[in-house]
Amino acid sequence: MFSLQSSSPFDLLRREMDQVLFDTLRTWPSPTAARSYPALNIWEDEGAIYVEAELPGLKHDQLEVVVLGSELTIKGQLPVQAPEQSAIHRKERPEGHFTRVAHLPAEVDTAKVQAVLKDGVLTITLPKAEAALPRKIAVAAH
Amino acid sequence: MENLELSKQQNAHTESERLRGGSFYRPRVDILESEQELTVLADMPGTSVDNIEIEFENGQLMIQGKVEPRRPSGTCLLQEYGVGNFARTFKVGDHIDIKQIKADYADGVLRLTLPKSEAAKPRKISVQAS
Repeated sequence: MFSLQSSSPFDLLRREMDQVLFDTLRTWPSPTAARSYPALNIWEDEGAIYVEAELPGLKHDQLEVVVLGSELTIKGQLPVQAPEQSAIHRKERPEGHFTRVAHLPAEVDTAKVQAVLKDGVLTITLPKAEAALPRKIAVAAH
Repeated sequence: MENLELSKQQNAHTESERLRGGSFYRPRVDILESEQELTVLADMPGTSVDNIEIEFENGQLMIQGKVEPRRPSGTCLLQEYGVGNFARTFKVGDHIDIKQIKADYADGVLRLTLPKSEAAKPRKISVQAS
C-alpha cells in the first residue's frame, strides 16, 4: 500500500536486515527506560550550566524536572500510540516512561533554575550557587 | 532513499547525510494505517511551521525541516546528540489521494495525514437476498 522501498534484490536484502536489527532493538527490555533517554547536551559558562534535550511529542505537563544539589533528574511519559483500528507499519519513535539523571559539575541555585519546553526541545538553565561562583580575592598590601 | 535506519542519538556526529549540498538528520517516524488513511508521525524537534517543507514529486514524498543552530554561551561539557536539519523521503503508492494530504506540526512532531483514494478504501458489499 505504502511501499517504502524499491524492490531491487539489494534493497530487499537490506530491508530484511533492517527488520532484524529493528526487531532486536524493539524487543530490548523497555527501550526508553533502560537506556539513556533523553540524550543530553550540556554547556557551562562562569555563571550557569545549560542542559538541553530533545523530547518531541512531549507536553510540558508530562515532564518533571527536579534539581537536588548538583543532581538533575528529568522524567516524563511519552504518549503511547493506541491504534484502535490501524496497522503499524513502522515504529521508530520512543514511547512510555523515561528517567534521566545527570550529575552537574557544580552546585546550582535551585531556586533560580528555569526550564523551557518549546517545539520538542527542553532547555534548562541552572545558575550556579554562590559557593560555586569564582571569586576574586583582594590581596591586601602589608 | 530508505537506507539503514540509525537513530540520531546513536550516531550524533556521523549519521547526518548529504542532500542538496547540506547535511541532515533522518527523523524517526511511526507509520500507521487505518481504513481511511495513512498517518506518518515524524520527530523533528526544534523546527517550526515556517521552516518545514513538504514536497511531492514522481511518487515520492519528501519532508524537510530546517533547524536553527542552538548554542548557549560557554564551553560544551557533554554532547550526546547533534543538531541540524531533518529530511526523509518516502515512496507513496497510487492509493493515496495526493491532493488531500494534510500536515501539522506540534510539540516537535510533524504529523502527515494521507487519505486513501476512494478506490482503495474497503467497501462493504451488501448481499441481496434472492
